[in-house]
Amino acid sequence: METKTAAVSMRNVTKTFGSVIANDKISLDIYKGEILALLGENGSGKTTLLNMLSGIYFPDEGQIFINGKEEVIRSPKDALTLGIGMVHQHFKLIDVLSATENIILGLEGRLNLKEASKKIEDICSKYGFEVNPKQKIYDMSVSQKQTVEIVKVLYRGADILILDEPTAVLTPQESEKLFAVLRKMRDDGKAIVIITHKMHEVESLSDRVAVLRAGKYIGDMATKDTNVTEMTNMMVGHSVTLNIDRPDPVDPKPRIEVKGLSVRDEEGSLKLNDVSFTANSGEILGIAGISGCGQKELLEAIAGLQVTESGTIAYVQDDGSREMLIGKDPLKIAELGVSLSFVPEDRLGMGLVGNMDLTDNMMLRSFRDGRSPFANRKEPKALAERVVEDLEVVTPGISTPVRRLSGGNVQKVLVGREIASAPTVLLTAYAVRGLDINSSYTIYELLNEQKKKGVAVIFVGEDLDVMVELCDRIMVLCGGEVSGIVDARRTDKNEVGMLMTRVGGGEKHE
Amino acid sequence: MIMWSFLLAFIPRAIVQGIPLLYGCTGEIITEKSGNLNLGIPGVMYVGAISGVIGSFIYENQASSLNPFLVIAIPMFCCLLGSLFMGLLYCFLTVTLRANQNVTGLAMTTFGVGFGNFFGGSLIKLVDSDVPSIALSATSSYFSKSLPFAGKLGWFGKLFLSYGFLAYLGVAIALAASYFLNRTRKGLHLRAVGENPNTADAAGINVSKYKYVATCVGCMIAGLGGLYYVMDYACGVWSNNAFGDRGWLAIALVIFTIWRPNVSVLASFLFGGLYILYLYIPTGMEHMEYQELYKMIPYVVTLVVLVVTSMRNKRENQPPASLGLPYFREER
Repeated sequence: METKTAAVSMRNVTKTFGSVIANDKISLDIYKGEILALLGENGSGKTTLLNMLSGIYFPDEGQIFINGKEEVIRSPKDALTLGIGMVHQHFKLIDVLSATENIILGLEGRLNLKEASKKIEDICSKYGFEVNPKQKIYDMSVSQKQTVEIVKVLYRGADILILDEPTAVLTPQESEKLFAVLRKMRDDGKAIVIITHKMHEVESLSDRVAVLRAGKYIGDMATKDTNVTEMTNMMVGHSVTLNIDRPDPVDPKPRIEVKGLSVRDEEGSLKLNDVSFTANSGEILGIAGISGCGQKELLEAIAGLQVTESGTIAYVQDDGSREMLIGKDPLKIAELGVSLSFVPEDRLGMGLVGNMDLTDNMMLRSFRDGRSPFANRKEPKALAERVVEDLEVVTPGISTPVRRLSGGNVQKVLVGREIASAPTVLLTAYAVRGLDINSSYTIYELLNEQKKKGVAVIFVGEDLDVMVELCDRIMVLCGGEVSGIVDARRTDKNEVGMLMTRVGGGEKHE
Repeated sequence: MIMWSFLLAFIPRAIVQGIPLLYGCTGEIITEKSGNLNLGIPGVMYVGAISGVIGSFIYENQASSLNPFLVIAIPMFCCLLGSLFMGLLYCFLTVTLRANQNVTGLAMTTFGVGFGNFFGGSLIKLVDSDVPSIALSATSSYFSKSLPFAGKLGWFGKLFLSYGFLAYLGVAIALAASYFLNRTRKGLHLRAVGENPNTADAAGINVSKYKYVATCVGCMIAGLGGLYYVMDYACGVWSNNAFGDRGWLAIALVIFTIWRPNVSVLASFLFGGLYILYLYIPTGMEHMEYQELYKMIPYVVTLVVLVVTSMRNKRENQPPASLGLPYFREER
């Protein structure tokens, strides 16, 4: 312990945005050769704090010491000169440029792409990355982009590395690969800070955890001396139970019947191939799969947003009569009570309008109601207030544009609105992506409540631990095909994980 | 043979028509690469032209004998100064004060044209001439001087060597701009600023500085186009509104060349040709309306290119991604 040297010491750092205090007198030490996990609920000020270190924001008060010397970080350039590199949650890459061009962006000297490519390849072989220096960013997958970001930081010789939710968009396998690299860097003597909401990652990767709550520094401890419950309690400020409850389905009846559904994308490749399943009322049907295996297309097809090639989707009424959903426009489908709370990778991409405030976003669902030519603003306003209160959305007020909220809060607003429309079918994709553990559990509870009301919930998820605990049945998609539908009560994570990678897997129904 | 002599007459006319467009286009490409959509270019070219005219007017009337260096340098200096002022104004409004770029640009066009006509009109009043124009023939003769042996080289001389030095400067600037954007580090940084200022900022690039410098340099280049128009193309004759809609054509040319200054060299000559094509197509006196239709050709071609490039949807051919958007680091 005595050999540790503080690479970064922040002392009494304060940052306010308008009337919101994002960071209140925070003091934090970051050591070399150590992976520090920074924990906190959404909006607790983690990203703000680290942005001050990387020069994006300038602190209102407080001091920052780098290697024992007080420094003033005015811009990202200053941060880089001090050896601080940050990999942002939203990638800072330029799509039309190649990997090399992105990596050398901002450096001085003569432009020599060949030499740069060579240096990049050296870094890659040292830490085990795979990057094609000539590839354009828009041709890359999310994990490739992230690799470019990390190489970019290393190329500048950074020895203090900050990663903001690096695994939010990665598959479990990709995350493991990233962790291997991070451990290698730690052993190389670099100081690493990681923000994540996935507790098992904190436990397996970090050496030390520091906790923020509502902009205040709560404390830090060695990871090996603590456990998930203790960390969560520190984050939330009161004790929480981390058991997902799974009530038995009440009177399940078929609600959505999908038969032989196939979908092609614009380029003509098959995104869904002969998918058949039934979603029952009062039941949570999980859909697991590596991202991009047709989850998005499936949900959009049900909601009427996706052109299908063949197959049928039937909505079964309470009296047993069927309504075909294919060919109906999204508005009619929504009137039947099918509600899509689709949360895509880009949180604001679908469902919410970033520049509009909470009330107006609530109105997106209800503006057609009533006969008057004027929209009713009272109810949406009340709804916005209710959502803010029930889901504990951190916002300066309901007239704040949604894009100013932190990622997790945006999600709460979206999910809250969809649930409020009293649907009979609720489609959610990655509903808890980027949400802290407390908010995630709030969302799970909300879904369970819907289930108890007899709603057919379709839950596209990525955390298998959660899916196995929450869902009643899990359908696994692999490359656009159903590789199995399993009973979640009698399965485990490994079985589902196996199905996820089995192309055209055998028929295995419950 | 008839075709050949027609081309020999037509191509040099097209080129001299194209040069002002080339200057405007190169300047606007550099500006747009920084994410600033400067719709004030027509105004900037106007200001560049009238500034040069004012400078040379004062010099011609003050000096007893014309020094060949000063007769070129004074209008050039005044022109660059005038356009630089316009560039600074635009940057101050859009970068520092984060005003809307479209509104600012349009206002600057209105302002530039008015500025040009006001001072142009004043000068015309001063010389008290019969026609509503002022002629700076002495200065113009220096600007439009071509190589002495050009006339002796037959068609080659006529096609390639018969222009004033500003025409060659325009081509050189366009090619240099192309090299700068694609082959230098500063060029890479500039493109990054226009694509994604957030990213550029995080990479340690001074976004505001790049926007200021690119826009001001772009305006100065565009201003030279105005100067070329008066001093060389129009033989030193300034009359109000004669410059016409060439500034807008230069902006259309930016889209036509899909933001590539090297392409803009030939494209500007093509546009120059299309711009005057109506003079060469016999329409007869009864069908003057066809002439107006022929004048539309450059704009129609631009529209077609715009549609085709967005249909092809190749990422490299799209405008800079943050074109027209203000940048503020702490916006969240």
